Amino acid sequence: MAEMKHLMTAEQVDRALDRLYEAVVEALPAEGRVAVVGIRTRGETLARRIVERLAADEPDRTVKLGVLDITFYRDDLSRRRGAPLVRATEIDFDLDDAWVLLVDDVLMTGRSIRAALDALHDFGRPKLIRLAVLIDRGGRELPIAADIVGKAADVPHGQRLQVRLEENDGEEGVYTQDGREEEA
Amino acid sequence: MAKKASTHRMAAKKKPKARKSQAAASPGEVTGEEGFVWTRKDLLGLDELSPQEVVHMLDTAQSFEEVSTRSIKKVPALRGKVVALMFFEDSTRTRMSFELAASRLSADTLLFTAKGSSVSKGETTLDTVKNIEAMGVDVFVMRHGESGAPHMVARQVTGSVVNAGDGAHEHPTQALLDIYTMRQRLGHLAGLKVAIVGDIAHSRVARSNILGLRKLGAEVVVVGPRTLVPQAITAMGCEISHSLDDVLGEVDVINMLRIQFERFGGGLFPSLREYHQIYGMNGERLARCRKDVLIMHPGPINRGVELTSEVADGPNSCILQQVTNGLAIRMAVLYLVTQSQGDRRE
Repeated sequence: MAEMKHLMTAEQVDRALDRLYEAVVEALPAEGRVAVVGIRTRGETLARRIVERLAADEPDRTVKLGVLDITFYRDDLSRRRGAPLVRATEIDFDLDDAWVLLVDDVLMTGRSIRAALDALHDFGRPKLIRLAVLIDRGGRELPIAADIVGKAADVPHGQRLQVRLEENDGEEGVYTQDGREEEA
Repeated sequence: MAKKASTHRMAAKKKPKARKSQAAASPGEVTGEEGFVWTRKDLLGLDELSPQEVVHMLDTAQSFEEVSTRSIKKVPALRGKVVALMFFEDSTRTRMSFELAASRLSADTLLFTAKGSSVSKGETTLDTVKNIEAMGVDVFVMRHGESGAPHMVARQVTGSVVNAGDGAHEHPTQALLDIYTMRQRLGHLAGLKVAIVGDIAHSRVARSNILGLRKLGAEVVVVGPRTLVPQAITAMGCEISHSLDDVLGEVDVINMLRIQFERFGGGLFPSLREYHQIYGMNGERLARCRKDVLIMHPGPINRGVELTSEVADGPNSCILQQVTNGLAIRMAVLYLVTQSQGDRRE
């Protein structure tokens, strides 16, 4: 295993999330239904934090939290071997005409986001979808861009990027590692 | 909108980690392991599955349950795949359940029934399957009157084979949906005591249920007349009782098997009326059971034979829930086996 290098410390992650949150608040519509949908696993964690903070800052506003498992929508399904456990998608509200913020931890090829957009449309026809990511690492393979980015960093294709969050990994931080890249 | 200075940071809070498996923890309960990967291209029976594989199947089905609640009840997981439903023996609900499961996964389906087909012209099972495979089929869902037929076919084709019932051998998806329903209703499987009542000797449902339940730590007692319960069944790790009345008070689940008139020419019990009197579930017997006992039946029901309408339609019955869950189980099965075809195809 190649050595893991710190790309962002806990404090840097914290600051990036603050910037991301401020931008989300700025982008929120004045009225209408709002939903924040996170892509499993770490996008879910970030979406949950955004919704919890919004609830504290703006108690009058109702913001729904959704969780998306995009496994069934991936374009590389037939290339994989074996099937890890798929978790349920949790969107128990109507997306028709809603303002939707899609949240993921890392944006790279754009394929996950393509899959997530397809999945979202099976739940209704949102009025608008915005994309927020903690890190945009470059390397796009589809014409997809994030509206809100916590940190932009050019990470070479061959490197692995790992976002670690307290709820999932017991610590906050972003690491890079030489070797096989992960689809993001 | 008015923007206020944020008073809360988005810093992390300590939270308990998500449970590995959605089932409630109970002593001896088998739960899904983090990072477990399903790698079988076929589902032929529960016999060859590990406890971990059975739980993986149940947990995957739990995720698929949500798909059927969406406004668009479809996911593209099997887009472009072809599922052939090969029914060498009649079936309505299993076939429809598999057909709907395949279409919810966006697969195309082909239906083959033995009646009026090449089988009546003398073609062998293997030739029939090979011919259909030559059209480009990815999954064969197969029901056959001969025990072991799907296993024989699985060795000869590159596509996946799913056993939808073979002779008196196994019916894995029925057992999986039964076990799934028990876990859903009762919260756990380890330590449960399950009675399977009826024609054990001819029942593939009973065999698959015993195999699956034993793997997950449940106890099984099979109940029926001596002519329908082979003594050797104890080798599968279950008990035998010839009196339903004796076990009523001590079981959590009663799974009533259908009396299959078509499988034997009578003579194994004197009359349906006598069978019902001794082995049928009625309101009076239900009153002697545990209050939350689960009454199951794989269908189709012979009302007034295995159970009365009072029991079949009562609050302890989960017969229709079994049918609903069958869809999620079959979606999970079709999804998992197709994800594991790589090693044979490339």
